[in-house]
Amino acid sequence: MKPHRRKRLGIILFIAFGLSVAVGLTLYALSQNINMFFTPTQVAEGEVPDGQHFRIGGMVKDGSIVREDGTLSVNFVTTDFASEVPIHYVGILPDLFREGQGIVAEGIVDDRGVFQASKVLAKHDENYMSPEVKAALDASGASAENHMSLGEGGGR
Amino acid sequence: MNRLMAFLPVAAFLILAVVMWRGLYLDSKELPSMLIDKPMPAFELTTVDDVSVNNELLPKEPFLLNVWGSYCLPCLVEHPTFMRLKESGEIPIVGVNYRDQQQLALNWLEDNGNPFEFSILDESGRFGIDLGVYGAPETYLVDSNGVIRYRHVSVLDEQVWREVFEPAIAELRSEEAAR
Amino acid sequence: MLPELGHFALILALCLCMLLGVLPLVGAAKGDLRFMNLARPLVAGIFVFICLAYVLLTYSFAVDDFSVSYVQQHSNSLLPLRYKLTAVWGGHEGSFLLWTFMLSGWMLTVAFYSRSMPIEFVARVLAVLGLLCVGYLLFLLATSNPFDRTVPLPPADGADLNSALQDFGFIVHPPTLYMGYVGFSVVFAFAMAALLSGRLDAAWARWCRPWANVAWGILTLGIALGSWWAYYELGWGGWWAWDPVENPPLITWLFGTALIHSLAVTEKRGIFKSWTVMLAILAFAGSLLGTFITRSGLLTSVHAFATDPERGIFILGILTLSIGGSLLLYAIRAPLLRGRFGFGILSREMLLLVNNLILVVAAASVFLGTLFPMVYQAITDDLISIGPPYFNAIFVPLMSLLVLVLAIGPISRWKKTSGMYLVKQLGLVAIASVILGVLLPLLLTFEFSLSATLAVALAVWIVLAAMKDVHNKIANKKTIAAGLRSLTFSYYGMQLAHLGVAVIVIGAALTTIYSQEKSVLLGPGERTSLGAYEFEFIGAEAISGQNFRGVEVTIQVYHDGEFFKELHPERRLYIASGTPSTEMAIDAGFLRDLFVTLGEERGNDAWSMTIYVKPFVRWVWLGALMMLFAGFISAADRRYRRVAKVESTSSYMQEGDKNNSALVGEAN
Repeated sequence: MKPHRRKRLGIILFIAFGLSVAVGLTLYALSQNINMFFTPTQVAEGEVPDGQHFRIGGMVKDGSIVREDGTLSVNFVTTDFASEVPIHYVGILPDLFREGQGIVAEGIVDDRGVFQASKVLAKHDENYMSPEVKAALDASGASAENHMSLGEGGGR
Repeated sequence: MNRLMAFLPVAAFLILAVVMWRGLYLDSKELPSMLIDKPMPAFELTTVDDVSVNNELLPKEPFLLNVWGSYCLPCLVEHPTFMRLKESGEIPIVGVNYRDQQQLALNWLEDNGNPFEFSILDESGRFGIDLGVYGAPETYLVDSNGVIRYRHVSVLDEQVWREVFEPAIAELRSEEAAR
Repeated sequence: MLPELGHFALILALCLCMLLGVLPLVGAAKGDLRFMNLARPLVAGIFVFICLAYVLLTYSFAVDDFSVSYVQQHSNSLLPLRYKLTAVWGGHEGSFLLWTFMLSGWMLTVAFYSRSMPIEFVARVLAVLGLLCVGYLLFLLATSNPFDRTVPLPPADGADLNSALQDFGFIVHPPTLYMGYVGFSVVFAFAMAALLSGRLDAAWARWCRPWANVAWGILTLGIALGSWWAYYELGWGGWWAWDPVENPPLITWLFGTALIHSLAVTEKRGIFKSWTVMLAILAFAGSLLGTFITRSGLLTSVHAFATDPERGIFILGILTLSIGGSLLLYAIRAPLLRGRFGFGILSREMLLLVNNLILVVAAASVFLGTLFPMVYQAITDDLISIGPPYFNAIFVPLMSLLVLVLAIGPISRWKKTSGMYLVKQLGLVAIASVILGVLLPLLLTFEFSLSATLAVALAVWIVLAAMKDVHNKIANKKTIAAGLRSLTFSYYGMQLAHLGVAVIVIGAALTTIYSQEKSVLLGPGERTSLGAYEFEFIGAEAISGQNFRGVEVTIQVYHDGEFFKELHPERRLYIASGTPSTEMAIDAGFLRDLFVTLGEERGNDAWSMTIYVKPFVRWVWLGALMMLFAGFISAADRRYRRVAKVESTSSYMQEGDKNNSALVGEAN
């Protein structure tokens, strides 16, 4: 083999090696960080493996929000109109959190069947046109960028 | 060999484009699906004209349940369709006045015309929550047994009427006639 | 009448764009000068009409013309004027008009500053941009016309601009980001013109570089502004969330960064040609993908019900035609581009290749993490999300590696560098970096932290290596001043950008490692401490503004027992829309930020709040600012303004290499 060919082969092998390590590590990291999403019905039907960290989405049930005095604890119930799951959260709720609002919470179900949320996000919805958020109507493009993340404010 | 390799990016991109095209139609399900094929929630409320209403007073034939509010601009867009349906008597329409103020609602009906058999007053939005309303306007197709059969979110204009509701209603009626 | 005029102006612009997309290309293919010379006047016309449309839409906002439904949806008579004027990009239609307007602006700039390039090339570049503009204008007119009127009757008042957007960040972030994004369309057009003509040589790279550098600088600023805005507006104390809408700009930036480095190699050495073109396509694809994702609702919106995916389909169509088309052209033309493979395992080319690989792998993994949930759902129908830990796990090691290589690059030599030379040059620098890396964090906190040590060491490594390189370059000059004068603008630009990286590394790492936060419930007169600071809650009072009502809270901050300053976080309720919003109180500082966000009242006048102390967080944006200047400084280099001798056909395709040999010797 000519020297410059050998050099070229060396570089190609080096690149191939580097890339395969990178791909392997990336896929490993990906597999370690998948958060599943479940609905209250799926949770009620026991589809969630014990101790799994996951996200749950539903509406905040009307009249279910109970704030503990003197602390940052909040209890509420999320519902998909078929099943309900109680949620407990310590911290500051996002601006748009309220009864009847769609929310997504991240966390784990404890022994008592209460979802211990580490994060609560209020979902903006483009088509949610109740008087409160009709301004959020059709906010996509430039605004969607922050619009969406803003909906996910708080809850850290 | 090199020449074929050069086509790899195009191929990869085309696969990606197909995936993204599929992705456009995915349903993210993060909000609960509502009460399709379930009976309407029980209610005991008044209409905007202060008449008591409950489930018994709903039409005993297929009807539309339209969620509206005086603050809701898209409701004005679909309003002419409902007025036309009212005039032609094709299907009865019941309104749900959602998170509005009674006086504003009455003024709105006065100004724009009233296509509804009656409008259920839901100032607190509690009935809307039972119904799973995201916001006005929404329109439900309910059968003669008070079971919700179809839900349409956002404006119901003539096009939606022709393409979605007319066929759905025809099917529902023939299904009920066969029973 | 005026909105209709705006609509009409867009239609005229579309007609001109169609001409621009065809005639100069035909002219360039046939060598017909008359057709090629049409490109510049057509661009001027397009710019005038799109600008007119943009101004008219802004005017409709300014005069509260709520009969225009876009204005009605995104403005309100109570809205302060500065937001009325900027609410133009508060929603999909207007922001896309801004996007198109930016493109026409870039086109005009290219038409102006392209005297040094042959007309066939300019004609092709402008025609490619014209074709893109056709796609954008068709999209605007067919699916998202901002000038549509509300029928049947004009509403009395508007629905108001989303309260979350009523902020300075909203005024500056979208235009900057778009300008950067769209700037990469220009580089893309350069690449396409090169493929079309078959002329891809060092001269091409030299024409291309200033545009790539400027677009890159502006995009950097755009991303940084977004991050800064998110930081003070979202109130969770972070500056980057790996949000699906944040990622596409970052992907574009990573490809763009790889591109500006690869372009340097193409200019100096005449190699990496097809790779450079590929990166130009990828950076452009990243920018289009960004729009696609935010505008189609592909990843963000809640599609609990079938919304009309018409817009998404349309953008996907533009995406497929432009990217698919360019990749096809690439597949046909790129194999003809051959560079000589003349560099050693240890050489500047190799280091830049490693730089490119790292950046592309980083971009690909961000892309994977962003789109994976959608692909997963398409296959399994299960919903998943990919958390920030994934991105951090990939990004931190990759960027560390990149920074390690970054400092060696400028000091190493083209073609072949001996290992001994590098050790001699950088050995002391390496030792000094490790020592300072250990010492500096210790001086700061009196605690050893491995990650802080690594970060500081890497940053010091960049700074010292840059100083060493400058020293080498001016060592044989008479005076330091004469030495500094002898260095080129593009060299200064490069070093400034690299120093920017060092500053960002410090900011990102130290704020992540040393930030403190705590959520508390405080009644009047109650205190809590965090780090060296104590926070006393004084009380809350009602406030009102032009279009909102709210509550303002007073908090006194004490530093080491001494009164330091008052902070006033707010909670607002916007009257027109009824949306609540929290306003953080931030005491910004060069070395640390204090940051309070207000929660809610919890009885007995006690309020919940979260308090943060965030060291060095400003450095993240400071570094980005340095990169912005770096982009402009290097673009201002004299050699980019040199008028090329128009060599008719001598430098086509393979022969491009001849030119390079002359340039190899040139300093940076």
